[in-house]
Amino acid sequence: MKFTEQHEWLREEGGLITVGITAHATEQLGDIVFIELPEAGTDVSKGDEIVVIESVKAASDILAPLDGKIVEINEALAETPALVNEDAMGAAWFFRMRPSDIAPMDDYMDEDAYKKMTG
Amino acid sequence: MTALAETPLTALHAQLGARMIPFAGYSMPVQYPMGVMGEHVHTRRAAGLFDIGHMGQVRLHGNGAAAALEALIPGDIAGLPAGRQRYGFFTNDAGGLLDDLMLANRGDHILMVTNAARKDADIAHMCAHMPAGVTVDPVTDRGLIALQGPCAETVLHRLNPAAKNMAFMDVTDMELLGQACWVSRSGYTGEDGYEISVPAAAAEPLARALLQFPEVAPVGLGARDSLRLEAGLCLYGHDIDAKTTPVEAGLAWAIGKVRRTNGTREGGFPGAGAILGQLVRGTRRRRVGLLPEGRAPMRAGVALFADDGAEQVGAITSGGFGPTVGRPVAMGYVPAALSVPGSTVYGALRGKRLPLTVATLPFRPANFKR
Repeated sequence: MKFTEQHEWLREEGGLITVGITAHATEQLGDIVFIELPEAGTDVSKGDEIVVIESVKAASDILAPLDGKIVEINEALAETPALVNEDAMGAAWFFRMRPSDIAPMDDYMDEDAYKKMTG
Repeated sequence: MTALAETPLTALHAQLGARMIPFAGYSMPVQYPMGVMGEHVHTRRAAGLFDIGHMGQVRLHGNGAAAALEALIPGDIAGLPAGRQRYGFFTNDAGGLLDDLMLANRGDHILMVTNAARKDADIAHMCAHMPAGVTVDPVTDRGLIALQGPCAETVLHRLNPAAKNMAFMDVTDMELLGQACWVSRSGYTGEDGYEISVPAAAAEPLARALLQFPEVAPVGLGARDSLRLEAGLCLYGHDIDAKTTPVEAGLAWAIGKVRRTNGTREGGFPGAGAILGQLVRGTRRRRVGLLPEGRAPMRAGVALFADDGAEQVGAITSGGFGPTVGRPVAMGYVPAALSVPGSTVYGALRGKRLPLTVATLPFRPANFKR
């Protein structure tokens, strides 16, 4: 599993990348009340603001970690955004994407580096 | 950077694991480990304990105090019976609001509770206008604790049975843990409850005693904001300010009949011409409740439109998620023609125009002990 500086986690399986946010991020955000996800089929570029997360406190964005296409979104989050507070690293994944080039994954942090950053 | 001021409960907040933020020059708890949503729900179901020691407490002594205040506040202050409290506001010459506050007739003086961010300005304003014989005495040696929620009466009754005898907006001296407290049956959450002014040194022991009861949890500014928003209550600096009149803000109910046209003490406050005129003719804009139709919260600053046209007709002044009503809620100003409940306006959010329905306030009926 890899991690971005925006507190996303990235998990690779069979050429697809599943993306969510870390438990550390949810602790900072507080209770999450709304999540706006991109539509499946959307082409995205690294750095695009593709997810909006609204907590009781504020709105924040999630950026596309790689160039590619969104292939699946977690529909459960539309009805139950609080799932992110309960299981950020598991059931509350945000979307799956097929990257046009998977090599840039290596540039992201491993778990030790992420823990050091959030230390 | 100036150091942040502290309340008598600052050390307790740290022990309770609060996340502290700067607010109106004070270091204040925004939430505790329970979280904003949990604290909100707990207050509505049981009782929340809030540190509001940052707010201004001011006493006015002297025979002419009520009459002198009526020259600054369009409320019926001289007619306020001893032992009773009333909501009011200072106005400016244009009829705008300088601060909103609570006033209590304490028999030999008037006790005022003001917003934290406005207390210095309020005190200066009063000092500049009080006649000889009326003194403005800021209270600097007391904390202020709010106990709010349906279990507040049961809890405070355990410390002093007299708590049960108070009606909504009563104010009285009450001994709590052997300390002389000033207690009002009021608050700013839409729930039954009390605000307790306590000698500073006794504030932490009192808060600890209240927190020992299973019904009581500490609640921070985050949930205080969502509670007052659901209750349809204004936050000074957001929903009301120097450019907003009480009539536009829907606060005309606090302008006593005696201060209105043909009242026995008609006018005589700053902006009386504008405000009394608006009471007759109405206003071009009005504060309303707004329910975003989707699940996305719309917060303060979101521009409002009547349709897909270019002309902005209003703005949201408070908004967020309402945990008790289970959906996003907001307040803002719209033109009078769009202020009828059921009207639709559109908020500009992230490049889209999303519909909101104008709704009556409060979003959740108040739960006061009348």
